[in-house]
Amino acid sequence: MRIFVLILQLVLFIGIAPFLSGLITKIKNNIRMRRGQSVFQPYYNLVKLFSKGEVISETASWIFKVTPFVVISSSLAAAILIPVCIFSSPMRYMGDFLALIFIFALGRFFLALSALDTGSSFGGMGSSREMFISSLVEPALLLVVFSISLQFGSTDISAFSGMHPVTVSSIVAALALFLVTIAETSRIPVDNQETHLELTMVHEAMVLEYSGRSLALIEMASYIKQMIMFFLIAQIIFPIAVPCFIDLAQMFLWIIWYIVRIIVIGVAVALVEVSITKMRLFRVTDYLGFAFVLGVIAVVCAILGV
Amino acid sequence: MLNLLSKQLFLFDPLSLFFLFVLSIISLPAAIYSFGYLKGEYSSTKTVLAWFLLFAFVLSMALVVTINNILIFLIAWEIMSLVSYFLVVFDTKHEKSIQAGTIYIVMTHIGTAFLIVAFMTMFKYANSFDFSAIKSACLLMPAQTRNIVFLLLLIGFGTKAGIVPLHIWLPYAHPQAPSHISSIMSGVMIKTAIYGIIRFVIFILGVNSSWWGVLVLILAVISCLVGVIYALMEHDIKRLLAYHSVENIGIILLGIGLAMFFLSINLPYLAVFSMIAGLYHLVNHAIFKGLLFLCAGSVYKATGTRDIEKLGGLIKNMPQTAAYFLVGAMAISALPPLNGFVSEWLTLQAFFLGAFNVMGGTKLFLGICAAMLALTSGLAAACFVKVFGITFLAQPRSHYAQNAKEVSLSMRAGMLFLSLLTIIFGLAAVIVMKLLAKVASAATCVDISDMSFALNNFTVSPQVGKSIYLSTPLLTFVLIVLGVTGFGIYRLFSREKVKSYSTWDCGYYKLDSRNEYTATAFSKPFRIAFSFFLLPYRKTQKIRESFYHIKSFAYETYTTKIFKKYIFDPVLALVFRSAKYMRRIQPGSIHLYLSYIFVTVLLLIIFMHRF
Repeated sequence: MRIFVLILQLVLFIGIAPFLSGLITKIKNNIRMRRGQSVFQPYYNLVKLFSKGEVISETASWIFKVTPFVVISSSLAAAILIPVCIFSSPMRYMGDFLALIFIFALGRFFLALSALDTGSSFGGMGSSREMFISSLVEPALLLVVFSISLQFGSTDISAFSGMHPVTVSSIVAALALFLVTIAETSRIPVDNQETHLELTMVHEAMVLEYSGRSLALIEMASYIKQMIMFFLIAQIIFPIAVPCFIDLAQMFLWIIWYIVRIIVIGVAVALVEVSITKMRLFRVTDYLGFAFVLGVIAVVCAILGV
Repeated sequence: MLNLLSKQLFLFDPLSLFFLFVLSIISLPAAIYSFGYLKGEYSSTKTVLAWFLLFAFVLSMALVVTINNILIFLIAWEIMSLVSYFLVVFDTKHEKSIQAGTIYIVMTHIGTAFLIVAFMTMFKYANSFDFSAIKSACLLMPAQTRNIVFLLLLIGFGTKAGIVPLHIWLPYAHPQAPSHISSIMSGVMIKTAIYGIIRFVIFILGVNSSWWGVLVLILAVISCLVGVIYALMEHDIKRLLAYHSVENIGIILLGIGLAMFFLSINLPYLAVFSMIAGLYHLVNHAIFKGLLFLCAGSVYKATGTRDIEKLGGLIKNMPQTAAYFLVGAMAISALPPLNGFVSEWLTLQAFFLGAFNVMGGTKLFLGICAAMLALTSGLAAACFVKVFGITFLAQPRSHYAQNAKEVSLSMRAGMLFLSLLTIIFGLAAVIVMKLLAKVASAATCVDISDMSFALNNFTVSPQVGKSIYLSTPLLTFVLIVLGVTGFGIYRLFSREKVKSYSTWDCGYYKLDSRNEYTATAFSKPFRIAFSFFLLPYRKTQKIRESFYHIKSFAYETYTTKIFKKYIFDPVLALVFRSAKYMRRIQPGSIHLYLSYIFVTVLLLIIFMHRF
């Protein structure tokens, strides 16, 4: 039964994550007075990529071939680490909130290597910038985890997966996590998913040489990662507990709620994306410095107990 | 004199045994590796000398960690320093060796001087060289003296460990030695300094003021960041690894410093836990840094250069070395499920658990230290993407890399052994922790019979009731299952075939290695972001054919080593300037020198009578 719920959770994540990206694009387009693509476009893209052939660079080694599987496996592992239902998941023994950060780092490490593997300078540029941004993200992210664990007395993700009061500290931490999420999911103002202009791209530059099924796996992995980040923010400021195995209909209703609040975060991200412009790369230090300061404030609030 | 020797000359408590274990698991593969490494590199006489020095080096380190007498400890410590000096200057082909050796021997002796003062102070209270006698005498030592002895020991051992700002010898000395020696130096020798800190500060002196731990934590955080930022700027593969040793010593000291802090505020459980985290990282660092140095040596042996800007594409010619290096790089970047991940996770947990148990502002202090550790591991990952990507991936950047061949069997065996250990120490986290708990309890003198750090044989659980778990075997299993599932889905849709074609070149011309991203370019964002610390500057030179046509353009970029420039260079200048004045009283007349001796003796007699 537990394995069943686990697989259900994975399917849920895989099923909904592309929709979230499509929705954000749709909202952005509508605000810009365009009709825009369908919210289901990411699914069409995935299907298209899966049915296409693939070109692999002659320069590339096995690192390039293995990366899509490492990336998708790290994203999915992170997805089952998150408790959607409140029950003693066997996967809670796998790791905690801190382990989640390290699991994401695994996928990123391989993606950055594969970008260098093809010998194109686009890849190198993307890889360098991605590692630069992600290393500056780490301290802010850690302080968010720290302030939340101070509140709940544990780094276990289930500790704040239930109902809990929303404090000032949670709100500030969620704000810091929001800034971190924008950087981690390569969105404006840190990165821009829509462009392939070499001056601005970071994540897109890394995956430039990928095509076909490999690209589909990597895209899927970034959709899932995005959904996990949104989930964490949502759980911190809109806490909901899903009762498991009590009543299937009721559980279903809760899951709908669950998704709705993730969508709310997605809408917020879309609004941020349309209302500001992309920053220069070296202003990202200031941006993430601000996230770090917010993290410190969250910790101070947690210490004061507010 | 003889009666000052203890009844028991050697000490084999868990702490000593642990360090002996670390020494043996690194020395064995290094020795196997050196069969292949020394062949063809040196003349036969020099090879014999290399073996002799290797044995002397390992034996002296074994003596350092097992001796039970501070006098003989100092002698062993000196032998270790001297033998390692000879090994640093072993490669006389390089003119830099002598300079590196000089910096090393001067710095290490400054450190030893501090140790001698500390040990003499201890001896004054104990009237014995024996550890146990000193341990009981230290209880009677006044607080002020204890503080001074602590600082002396910290500077003395800190010089050997390479704590910032005493690290300056490390990036010179470690790369200059033959690679198997570099791996022992970085893997074990600098750890003997950690042994010294644990043995003399925690075990013998006993921690009773909380500022000791705080001071060690602050120094550790600085070492972490400075080490990794310098490593990012470095393009000499072995020197880069040496800077990472500075960083990792910082991470180890975070665990040890936390243990000291928790001991002083009477939280024995957390002290033991932090000590486990520190020791775990110590053994992990020995393994993966040993491995990385051996791999770097293989690269050097195969290509004849240590400059990663001249390498590239080695994964095709040296697939095995590349795989071993990747394992090491993943471990040092703290990627799951390898050993570096486990120990960094434990160190972070120690910070978190500490924060749950202390009050007020200390929580914030611990939080910020933990955040800096996270920054360090992020930067380390970036650095190893750079090293692995530039050295092993893409196209070769020079004929050195083009013609590289896979290294000999004995060298690969040494690397394979350490790679396997890297994986085993990641997966068998619980077993390692249980053993380390005994070591930590012996070092901190805390009874651990009622403490538990694990749920079962597969799951680490730092504190009962907090429901925090980490199971690397399960994590590995899940990662593999999901990865294989991904591969299965990939294969399922394999109707269209996979083509191999050259990298997209924007339609201009065929890409070659000159279009590749370089290590300098890769580290540019970091150089700009940390410019307040690195103070980068560049030299450009245009070589013109005529006024209108520039034939070539030279561009070099440098960073300022601020510790060297603003601390060590002025001190050195001062020494030389005072030496110039001292020359006046040394004109070479033997009569004058005899009178100096007479005056000195006279002064000493007066001194002894007065005090």
